[in-house]
Amino acid sequence: MREIMFREALVEALDEEMRRDENVFVLGEDIGQFGGSFKATLGLLEKHGPERIRNTPIAEEAIVGAALGAALVGMRPVAELHFIDFATVAMNQIVNQVAKVRYMFGGKARTSLVIRMHGGGGSSAAAQHSQSLEAWFVHVPGLKVVMPSTPKDAKGLLKSAIRDNDPVIFVEHRALYTVKGPVPEGEYTIPLGAAEVKREGSDATIVATSSMVGKSLQAAEELAKEGISCEVVDPRTLFPLDKETILASVRKTGRLLIAHEAVRRCGWGAEMAAIAGEEAFDYLDAPLVRVCAKETPVPYSPRLERLHIPQKEDVAAGVRRLVGVAR
Amino acid sequence: MAKLTRERALWMYETMIRIRRFEERAIEVFQAGELPGFIHPYIGEEAVAAGVCAHLSGKDQITSTHRGHGHMIAKGLGFNGMMAELYARSTGYCKGKGGSLHIADQDLGALGASGIVGGGIPIAAGAALGIKLKGGKEVAVSFFGDGATNIGAFHEGINLAAAWRLPAVFVCENNRYAQSTPQSVHQSIRDIADRAKAYGIPGVIVDGMDAAAVYEVAGEAIGRARGGGGPTLIEAKTFRFWGHYLGDPGTAYGHDREAPKWKKRDPIPALGGLLRKRKWLTAKADEEILARVKGELDAAVEFARKSPPPEPADLMADIYEKAL
Ligand SMILES: Cc1ncc(C[n+]2csc(CCOP(=O)(O)OP(=O)(O)O)c2C)c(N)n1
Ligand SMILES: [Mg+2]
Repeated sequence: MREIMFREALVEALDEEMRRDENVFVLGEDIGQFGGSFKATLGLLEKHGPERIRNTPIAEEAIVGAALGAALVGMRPVAELHFIDFATVAMNQIVNQVAKVRYMFGGKARTSLVIRMHGGGGSSAAAQHSQSLEAWFVHVPGLKVVMPSTPKDAKGLLKSAIRDNDPVIFVEHRALYTVKGPVPEGEYTIPLGAAEVKREGSDATIVATSSMVGKSLQAAEELAKEGISCEVVDPRTLFPLDKETILASVRKTGRLLIAHEAVRRCGWGAEMAAIAGEEAFDYLDAPLVRVCAKETPVPYSPRLERLHIPQKEDVAAGVRRLVGVAR
Repeated sequence: MAKLTRERALWMYETMIRIRRFEERAIEVFQAGELPGFIHPYIGEEAVAAGVCAHLSGKDQITSTHRGHGHMIAKGLGFNGMMAELYARSTGYCKGKGGSLHIADQDLGALGASGIVGGGIPIAAGAALGIKLKGGKEVAVSFFGDGATNIGAFHEGINLAAAWRLPAVFVCENNRYAQSTPQSVHQSIRDIADRAKAYGIPGVIVDGMDAAAVYEVAGEAIGRARGGGGPTLIEAKTFRFWGHYLGDPGTAYGHDREAPKWKKRDPIPALGGLLRKRKWLTAKADEEILARVKGELDAAVEFARKSPPPEPADLMADIYEKAL
């Protein structure tokens, strides 16, 4: 299969959906000639023109509000907010409007919009350009939250998100944009709410999101050499959550490690842990382990940032603890 | 009106050179791979920071932006702590935790550089409120770009400061672009100063490439604020000589085509010419300034390179007043 970059997969998804449905359009800062701050809209302006690839002022609340307004009258906007940190400026629209209008107005309102953003650290972008805030959105009923880890998933999930009639928060990780991976040539979609087992194993289940999927697969490779067999499950959508696939793995291995780049407290892993406690308690042979960022803002110093962000070594150490191999 | 004295003019000139040379050196070491993170060069816009800060004392307050090196140097922050911060060393102004985007020193009235566009505008209003409540004579100045005038924080912050007649001055550095988006695309007005009308405060336009002109309008606005006359919106028409950040060639959106015209209006030789015309600057004094700045910069780079990175334990420090 051909290999393309994560960001190229996103551009393909946008391009195909814009061709397929004239109601799809994209709005955001610097997405035109500039191609987006990380080139995830590169070339779309030339293909679709400035009416459908709309460069906005710096006005995140207006970007999201306008996307919702356009959705209400039948469009399918894709709003690009760039850094997830900037979504905080638009939280009023996202939380109080986007997430609520269907329910609050009795179910008639059309809310087919996607809000894209990129999170995560690792590039010394410091405290206001590196956060992992996905759990904020998962907490709000009315929003769906997608977090792809591979180019193939990114494309298939973005296409589904655009076709979905509910608002979808689509969280990308900056460090993944230039990562290459196999992506099928033809048309395909990946449904929201379907996890994928990225590696099969029998001793422990690692549920990892976004950037932590790759690190967990590397850790699993290391651990295999020590005779520890890990199953790596990527939920791909944080809500709706494919509990079945995840809990089936937990029941099989009896051990659960949850890995994400957001800080531990009230991170998405806390929800995952609670679900495991409620629905798979009898199958857990050891206390579950969470591998997350340290509970600090993201520091600029590369040395400190490396300590802040969970690494593959942290995943491996967590699994060893989980299976009772002290080292 | 504040008349430009020889002393202030020379201070502005040296400050502008300090900003220019600091950034040129930062760019050099960044390109040599010595610095992590990003840099948004201020080069070309020096007259704005210098002309405004020439009226400020250590107790006056400023808020800054992602393009903040110039504001910080003009506010009196030293090369050592700034360079060490860019190098992510524990001796930096923010102990290596902030980097280029977030240099600050509250002891020097530099409240902080916000990486969130518009973030500093309401904060400056609040600093002005604090000054007023304490009965002080200081002012708070907020620097921000043309792009920032489209975000809610601009409207909310300036309206509040105007309604409460706070001792604040809002300085918009209109460099014609918000990242890659030309002003003509991101708003339908040409003069951002027009927006002052909506808040019932004076709005003035000034040539941001002319330090003496900036000095004059800033003096008036800051004087008015100190005297209880409320805020002013200053729009300085300026231009960044580099791309949005280091690594952006500016070719995707026409910046490179505009740059040569603006570089001819470089604010530093322009002010140098004025100083020489008034016989305030000799060739010898000019050379001395350059040599002094170079010496200080060499020392700062040396200081930064030799400074230790933060210790692992520093990761958990300064989240709260006391570790929890
Ligand atoms: C709320 C928010 N949205 C978007 C950005 C990304 N961003 C950083 S600087 C910038 C352009 C700012 O333009 P302007 O205010 O004119 O300042 P300039 O860079 O020209 O000095 C953008 C879009 C951000 N940092 N914060
Ligand atoms: Mg600008």
